[in-house]
Amino acid sequence: MEFCSNLTVALRVNGRHYEVTVDARTTLLDLLREHLELTGSKKGCNFGECGACTVHLNGRRVNGCMILAASAEGAEVTTIEGLADDGKKLHPVQQAFIDQDAFQCGFCTPGQVMSAVALLHEGHATSATEIREWMSGNLCRCASYPQIVSAVQAAALQMGGS
Amino acid sequence: MQAFVYGHATDIAEALVEGGTKDTVFLAGGTELLNWLRLGIANPARVIDIARLKGLSGVTQLTDGGLRIGALTRLNDVALNDDVARNYPVLSQAILKSASAQLRNLATIGGNPLQKTRCGYFRAEELLPCNKRTPGSGCSALHGINDKHAIFGWSEACVATQPSDPATALAALDAVYVTQHRSGGRRIKAEELHTLPGDTPEIDNTLRDGELIVGVELADAAPQSAYLKLRERESYEYAVVSAAVALDLDGDRIGRARIALGSVAHKPWRLAETERALAGVAISDTSAIRSAIDASFAVAKPLPHNAYKVQLAKNATARTIRSAAARTPS
Repeated sequence: MEFCSNLTVALRVNGRHYEVTVDARTTLLDLLREHLELTGSKKGCNFGECGACTVHLNGRRVNGCMILAASAEGAEVTTIEGLADDGKKLHPVQQAFIDQDAFQCGFCTPGQVMSAVALLHEGHATSATEIREWMSGNLCRCASYPQIVSAVQAAALQMGGS
Repeated sequence: MQAFVYGHATDIAEALVEGGTKDTVFLAGGTELLNWLRLGIANPARVIDIARLKGLSGVTQLTDGGLRIGALTRLNDVALNDDVARNYPVLSQAILKSASAQLRNLATIGGNPLQKTRCGYFRAEELLPCNKRTPGSGCSALHGINDKHAIFGWSEACVATQPSDPATALAALDAVYVTQHRSGGRRIKAEELHTLPGDTPEIDNTLRDGELIVGVELADAAPQSAYLKLRERESYEYAVVSAAVALDLDGDRIGRARIALGSVAHKPWRLAETERALAGVAISDTSAIRSAIDASFAVAKPLPHNAYKVQLAKNATARTIRSAAARTPS
């Protein structure tokens, strides 16, 4: 087995292939923000507690701060920057967040949106209670929670149910 | 974060050989290890990524009717597995009340029980006296803020609790952790994985250096089982007290009860006296159930700020017995 303090990670982010050389301690979140300049994924707590760094790793939502970049070798990553169709037409969840006024300061919003998109694919939008439970990993210090639940419900309807 | 070198294992044999070297840690889901590295709770020289090892993921039926869960199976995949949800609801419920959806997509069933206490003195970003963190430095919680700490099995050296919900459910199910090690593997009973603090609170469990949990085995189905997690928020919070109960019913009477409490001790805490006293008790006999529960609390020793946890844990146990009994096996 080869051990390295620096290594080159090859992965796909939002459909583009990247090869990035990083320190072994670099997290996926820091790779995105510091190396690829994709700063939409936010660094809130950096302890896996707030969900502001939520991205999709091979189609599943995860905390970008809780994965070493090295562990994402060969992975397919989607960030908030990759959600809108062609970078123009907003994803229905993004539009629903605007329509329902589901944020104030906006810092947690990229993570909320990424989590909500995954939640809809998982089929966890059958009730407001279920949405609240499955969105609980995304904190909002402005407490826009009621509007966030409304946005997820609206997006679920728009996208043809849960 | 202190510098380390990273390597990823291509097979178990290689992981076991390399994992036996001093200052080496295994990385699976990473949701706990990365925080240890950030806080300096662990300062390894080498990190071995085992998350891509083949053959350690998934849920399979055992020939004797039980289930084997590969250690690298992500928590959500365990909880949402049909066999687990139908036959071991206590485990499914415990997992779905753990962490968040995102963390459960990373964290593994083999790694989760190895998490360390949430004691604020242990996790402090600036070092405080803590025998678990720095042996011999004292215990800040013993005479400090200890409202969330242990009521069973603590020592003057450490009053911390083990917070894992899955580990509590696995203890009630008499699950077995299957391990491998370069000098041979073992089968560890779930309630014997974790240790009590005694004079060595820096030791959390009985695993040897370089020993790897490769699977979890569940025996007989426990469809009449349930998990209750009491916490200060409705979701995404550690337990103040949790209860895992698995019942075998004989008509309207309890044939066998298996009960483990979480977040009350340094390990999942089985209520052995209660389990014995419940045999033959009618599920409607609330006073007999209360007496049976009291039997296991004779040894409870609350700290200055957590006497409330004794009553809370008794009530949680009674309520979870009712929930388990009320489940209709499908």
